[in-house]
Amino acid sequence: MSRQPRFLIRRIVTLSVLLSLLLLAVTVLGISIGSSGSNLYSLYQYLIHGEEIDPVLKSIVWRIRLPRVLLAIQTGAALSLGGLVFQAILRNPLAEPYILGISGGSAVGAILGILMGLAYFPGVSLMAFAGSIATLLTILLISMGQTIVKKDSLLLSGVMVNAFCSSVIMFFISMTHDTRLHNILFWIMGDFSLANMQQVLVLFILLVPCFLLIFWLSHTMNLLLMGKEMALTMGVNVKVITVTLLLTTSFMVSAIVAYSGLVGFVGLVIPHLLRLLLGSDHRLLVPACILGGGTYMVLCDLLARNLPEQGEMPVGVITAFIGAPLFIFLLRKARQ
Amino acid sequence: MIAVHIENLQCSYGKEPILQEISFSIETGEFFIIIGPNGSGKTTLLKTINSIIKPQQGNMEILGTPFQTYTRKSLARLLAFVPQEVPSDFPFTVKDVVLMGRYPHLGVFGLEKEQDQEIAKEAMEFTDILHLATRRLSQLSGGERQRVFIARAICQEPQIILLDEPTASLDLAHQVRTMDLMERLKREKGITVVMVSHDINLAAMYGDRLLLLKEGKIVKLGKPANVITFEILEEAYGCVLMVNPSPLGDFPQVTLVPQRILLNS
Repeated sequence: MSRQPRFLIRRIVTLSVLLSLLLLAVTVLGISIGSSGSNLYSLYQYLIHGEEIDPVLKSIVWRIRLPRVLLAIQTGAALSLGGLVFQAILRNPLAEPYILGISGGSAVGAILGILMGLAYFPGVSLMAFAGSIATLLTILLISMGQTIVKKDSLLLSGVMVNAFCSSVIMFFISMTHDTRLHNILFWIMGDFSLANMQQVLVLFILLVPCFLLIFWLSHTMNLLLMGKEMALTMGVNVKVITVTLLLTTSFMVSAIVAYSGLVGFVGLVIPHLLRLLLGSDHRLLVPACILGGGTYMVLCDLLARNLPEQGEMPVGVITAFIGAPLFIFLLRKARQ
Repeated sequence: MIAVHIENLQCSYGKEPILQEISFSIETGEFFIIIGPNGSGKTTLLKTINSIIKPQQGNMEILGTPFQTYTRKSLARLLAFVPQEVPSDFPFTVKDVVLMGRYPHLGVFGLEKEQDQEIAKEAMEFTDILHLATRRLSQLSGGERQRVFIARAICQEPQIILLDEPTASLDLAHQVRTMDLMERLKREKGITVVMVSHDINLAAMYGDRLLLLKEGKIVKLGKPANVITFEILEEAYGCVLMVNPSPLGDFPQVTLVPQRILLNS
């Protein structure tokens, strides 16, 4: 056979290195450009040659732009990976945390947490997790026949759960004239502007174990694509693996939603793009989704904060502009 | 040694009993074929042996050990399964699919080693699909796809291979090819082959022993010549049949009798 024995490992490493370099590049871009102008050159001097720069710029870069870019990376990584996992487990190419309503459920939980006056961590995050699990169970119950999760009914129930969650969120916003909800309207469509280093650190601690666990189960996800019975007879404990993956993913998504709000369609765009480029082996797709999703989100955030002449727009607007047409295209393709 | 030993097995979907009072043993290295009319519980029996379905009652031992003591992985190292319909939209190449058979043997991170590649290559040679290795599953014919999934099962290095009507949707050439392949597997690798079959003639030609099921119960178990008699088959299937010795050898041959001929005689 033409393939070298260590071929796969080498492919995983090469791909990860390449995508990490790309991520690093957009990170530098992300911390160089902002509302106070582009400072690519002076930052280059500062980072590479250690030249002194304006202390105001320095503070903007380290305390505002860097946490924001890091939060964007975490959001993109977790949501892309979430989409990948849902697509594999539910064997539905259109599954994605936002479309399924998992993100919406987390948001309802998070808002309840904010209204109850809980701390962001662990209070609001736990409420968001509870919300995501509740919606996950709801859509699984609605769409599950005896054993088969039907493709269309899953999406439909996701849409309905999403609509319901949106109205619950709107209900809370209308009922409360409270400064606590000051930022919610923005947060509904994704907002990285309030990021700080402490949040980023907490998220990092929460997300990395999830990433590792999902990578560990990546080959098992390949087998799950063959269907439940085949996977069983090839040695996969389908129930345990499915529950583990669903819980991990919901946890990951709810943590992200609690901090950066509702950013849709990322879990659709990145996995599909990477599948086109790399094929369907999840051992490659998992690291690629983490790094590629992060890169994508930094770019989307750059657009979101630089397109408007004044202020910025929620990043979810950008991701929906890109993702929603792709969703419709994939839906048509799936029908054929 | 006994490959599969089943005692007083009982299975039901809800309240509907599917299998009742099933007791039999399959010897290692045997070509064992389960036959019977539609709805007789053949596939359920195969899935029970495979532990896809849990029996309500009864004991089952796989290679001398009660089935409950196996984990999914340890069972998959002994038993491999070829389904009736193999997925055609599975987005992997032939080689990837065959390599997936190594899953129960892989380490923590599920990365194949050189040895796994060798075993996959051998399995593809054995089933004559090596030339298709880099093709995608969706580009293959039904018969080729069937052989890919058989290769994947062989790659699992099982001691027992279970097949659910593997010839049902194949043309004649692919039917005989699949059955020959199973016979070679048994003879050259000493693997026990357990198959559910619709085709009584193929079962008579290849099976060492046949198990005839009807309405979830065993009607007859034995060598083809003892199971395939017109009295037993007419009773089990409820239609008129002719059973003659096959011109090819020491096994019976079944001919269906159309009603027009019954009316004329």
